[in-house]
Parts: sequence; structure tokens; C-alpha cells
Amino acid sequence: MRLSIPASASAKSKSRAGRSAWALTLEQFLRRPLALVGLGMLLVLILAAVFAPYIAPYDPIRRNFAERFVPPSAAHWLGTDALGRDVFTRILYGGRVTLYIGLLSVLLSMLIGVPIGLVAGYFGKLIDATLMRMLDLILAFPGLIFAIWLVSMLGPDVSQVIIANAVFSLPIFARLVRGNVMSVRHSDYVMAAYGLGMSHGRILFRHILPNVLPTIIVLASLNISSAMLTGAGLSYLGLGAQPPTPEWGAMLADGRPYLRDAWWVSLFPGLVLTLVVLASNIVGDTLRDALDPRSLRK
Amino acid sequence: MFFYIIRRILVAIPLMFGLVAIVFFLLRTLVPGDPAVILAGENATVELIEQVRRAQGLDKPLPEQFAIFVGNVLKGDLGRSSSTRQPVVERIALALPTTAALTLSTFLYSFSVGLFLGIITAYWRDSWLDNTLRVVTIFGASMPTFWLGPMLMLLFAIILGWLPAQGSLSLRGLILPTITLGTGAAAELSRLVRGSMLEVLSSDYIRTARSKGLAEKAVVIRHALSNALIPVVTIAAAQIGGLLGGAVITESIFGLPGIGTLSINAINDRDYAVIQGTVLFICGIYLFVNLLADITYAFIDPRIRIS
Repeated sequence: MRLSIPASASAKSKSRAGRSAWALTLEQFLRRPLALVGLGMLLVLILAAVFAPYIAPYDPIRRNFAERFVPPSAAHWLGTDALGRDVFTRILYGGRVTLYIGLLSVLLSMLIGVPIGLVAGYFGKLIDATLMRMLDLILAFPGLIFAIWLVSMLGPDVSQVIIANAVFSLPIFARLVRGNVMSVRHSDYVMAAYGLGMSHGRILFRHILPNVLPTIIVLASLNISSAMLTGAGLSYLGLGAQPPTPEWGAMLADGRPYLRDAWWVSLFPGLVLTLVVLASNIVGDTLRDALDPRSLRK
Repeated sequence: MFFYIIRRILVAIPLMFGLVAIVFFLLRTLVPGDPAVILAGENATVELIEQVRRAQGLDKPLPEQFAIFVGNVLKGDLGRSSSTRQPVVERIALALPTTAALTLSTFLYSFSVGLFLGIITAYWRDSWLDNTLRVVTIFGASMPTFWLGPMLMLLFAIILGWLPAQGSLSLRGLILPTITLGTGAAAELSRLVRGSMLEVLSSDYIRTARSKGLAEKAVVIRHALSNALIPVVTIAAAQIGGLLGGAVITESIFGLPGIGTLSINAINDRDYAVIQGTVLFICGIYLFVNLLADITYAFIDPRIRIS
């Protein structure tokens, strides 16, 4: 994948010319220790979630009333909860649900939102107006309220959370892509492609899409964290993952009544969630700087 | 300006209509079963179900039902709660002051903190202060409310005993919920103000203002800030919508009897009339706030209303 640079920018960013977006991204990450830490944290999360059954010292679901509310110790690093289950084990398994929600929500909204944005921005006029008004309607709902409401009707479940998340962030992708497409629609290279007799589909997917791809990647990376947050939030409210599935938001809700005596049940799942969101925000920011030609001109 | 406001209101009306339509049709397509039973509640008597059916015209064809529904919404009639038999509007009115107070205090908190941090980090760009605050604000923006809330409660209510763990409609009772709900918004806002300020501070007219010998304070506050705030206003208003959503979680953490708690309880009781009513109400408020924001935006930036 090559990153096209507008003519006006090329003079000042000669160093970028002829280098792939991957090389530029790598360079940005290597230049920032914090970004590497963020990336490392995400990798650890992914590995921990994938290999949870091999790493976890205990069973995430089986109850053990003899060991209720054991404070953090050598046997239970992060303590145990009200049902005597190991918090560390449940956090490892909970990462699976959180990751699953985050990735799938974004993937789904990208798959629907990006084509809508491409079509609306490229063809304009009535098609654009119709599609955008429909999306405005989704945006007229405040995000979490929309998700809560949708899930309340569909029934509490992880897959419904993903649907609610995806529907809600779909307009964000569509709008961004539309704006980007509109700004390049009349540029020389699109005109040239048109002049050469290329079809609309070919222009859209071969010439315009690669140009807006960096923006989509950045938005997707930033959106994963908010999807994970919404997912955990819904689970906290009892609308997402159902007991006894280990999920960070649900674990926080379980720990809430015992805050006074067993703070570890609430502290650790939330801390891990915060760190994961933090890491993906940092990675998203770095990607944005790496893939945005303007940021290097400063 | 007048025409701009009229035009914006004219855009908002079909949007509100669309919202009502979505809420009406999704409840009928996504929730299986007889709408009269759904709205009257699972444990309702046969008479009650029939009463609800007649009152909302549920025995009539769907388009007519929709017309009756829209008419009722316009009259401010959102039906009756299936769990308490009270009118939904009454239950919302009882919960409203709590949510309004929480949202307002949160907005004031996040706006003032976000603005302050944004200005000082932009002004002292790349200093140790900027770098420290940048990490702090990224962390602040990443914290979920349902973790921050219990942790604040643990520290300030349980360990230190300074503030009540239970939220209430008083100054002391609102401090922890406000910080819980507003910290993410404040952090986001500060990053936005910083970016906007940096852009403005490096512009030509700021250089002109400085070179003609204006006091630094006048340059930063009068020239830079007033222009940097333009994009911030829209985001801040959009955040109010986010706050309304976040308030649901915050209210449930601190046991505040607001609209959020009302809707969560309604979901647990499968009280669809109340769920539907609160969703419509919150969305209506959200639309209204966004409308106000757009008008304010046009008011402070003349370029908007002309284009």
C-alpha cells in the first residue's frame, strides 16, 4: 500500500516520498517509547486472552466457597471473589470477551459504514443526502442510551452488544469516509482516472479507498477502545455478558457491594480495562500521527 | 442569523419525528409478542391489557397505531408504567431534577477543568508540565466511569470518610458522582483545547498581536482563546449527550434516583412503557442541546451562518 501525498505537501515532506505507510508507521512507533509500551500491552492482552486456558491457575467459573474473599496472596495473586473464584483467572478469561466485543463491533461497523461513506461522498447529490439523513437519525441517539435501549429489547447478550455497538458507530465511519472522498473527488488523479475511462467502482476502490484507508485505520483503532468500554459498561449494568461468564464490567458490578471488605474484586478488573483502553488510545494516536502527512510537517 | 435558526429548527423536527418512528417500530419488531401485553406488563390482568389496547389503539392497523402514538407523544402522554401504574411522564418528572443537577454540575466541572488544563498545556507546550498533564489526561480519558466511581467511593467514602458513598441531591452528595462522570469529558476537552490553542497560537494574527506589543495575557485570552474555543463549543455540547448516557451508569453506581436509574430498573422489570418513554425523553433533550449548540456555534462564528 502506498500513501499518496497531495502535491502541495510533497515539497515539505520529501523524506516520506516513496516509502510505504508501514515503514512510516514503524518509524513513528520506534521513535516513541510510550507507543511501544502501549503496543506491548495490547500484545500481552491478546496473548493472555488467547492462551488463557494454559496460563490461568484456576477454573474461571467453578465456585469454591471455602475460599471466599481471599485477599491478594501468593496462592491468589489478585484475591478471590464472593464465590471463591480466582480474580486473576477471571481477568485472563474476561479479556477474551472484551477483545471479542471490541474487534467484532468495529469490524462490523467498518464493513457497513465504509461502503456507505464511499458511495455517498463519490456520487453526492440525492444519494448522499438520503444516506446521510438516515445516518443522522442514528447519531441523534446518545451512544450509550441507544445501546442500552437496543439491548433491552434484543435481550442481554454479548452478540446484541456487538450489534448495538456496530450500529451506533457505523455513521462515524460513513461520515469520515464521505468527507475524505469529497475532498479528493475532484483532485487531479481522480479526474485523470476518470479521463482514462475507468469505471466508478474501480476509481472508488483502487484509487480513492487507498487514499482514505489511513484515516479509516486510525478511526478503527480509536473506536475499538470505545467499543470495549461500551461493552464492559453494558455488562456492568447487567445487559452484556451474563453470569457466570467472566467479563471485566460484570466483575466490577459483582464487586461493587463488597467494596468495603473486598476492594480487590473491583480494583483489578477496572485497572486492567483502563490500561487496555489507555494502550489502544496511545496506539491509535501514534497511528494517526504516522499516517497523517500533516503531522510530519510541523 | 434569524433564518439560520429557523433552518436548524426545521432540520430538527423531522429528526425528532424519525426518532419517534424508530422507537415505535423497533419495539414492535424486536420484542416478540402482543404489544398490549408488552406495554401492560407480563403480570397484567386481562382487563388491564384490554384497557391499554384501547387507550393506545393497539387493536387498529399499524399506521393508525403510529398516528395515535405520535399524537400521544405530542400531548406529552407516554403511557403508564407497567410496574407502578403511574403515568411515565410523572415518573420521569420525579427523576429529572437528579439527572439535571448531575449533568449540570458535571458539565461545569469538565468544562472548567478541561479549559484550564488545555490552556496551560498549550501555552507551556512540551514543558515537563505539558508532558505530565498529557499522560494524566490520556489516563483520565481511558478510565471507565464504572471503575472510577467505585474507586473514588473506596478512597473518599470508605477509607477517608470525607464524603458520603451514597449520592444525593446536595453539594456533598454530588461531588463524587460529578467527578466520576466528568473526568473523562474533562480530559478529552483539555486535549481538544490544547490542540486548538496550539493551532491558533502559531497563526499569523497572533504573531501580529504580539509584534504590536500587546500584553501576553491579552494575546492569549482575547485573541487566541476566543478563536480556539470555536470548535470546542460544539464538542462540549456533544459531550452533554454523552454525559446523559454516562449518567445512567453513574447514577446506578451511587444509587442516585435519576432517569438513568429509572430506565435500568425499567429494563430489569421489563417495563417497556418506561423504557420507551425515557429513551424518547433523553433523545429529545439531546436533540435540543445539539440544536442550542449549533445556534451558539453560529453566534460565535459568523462564517457558519453565512455558508
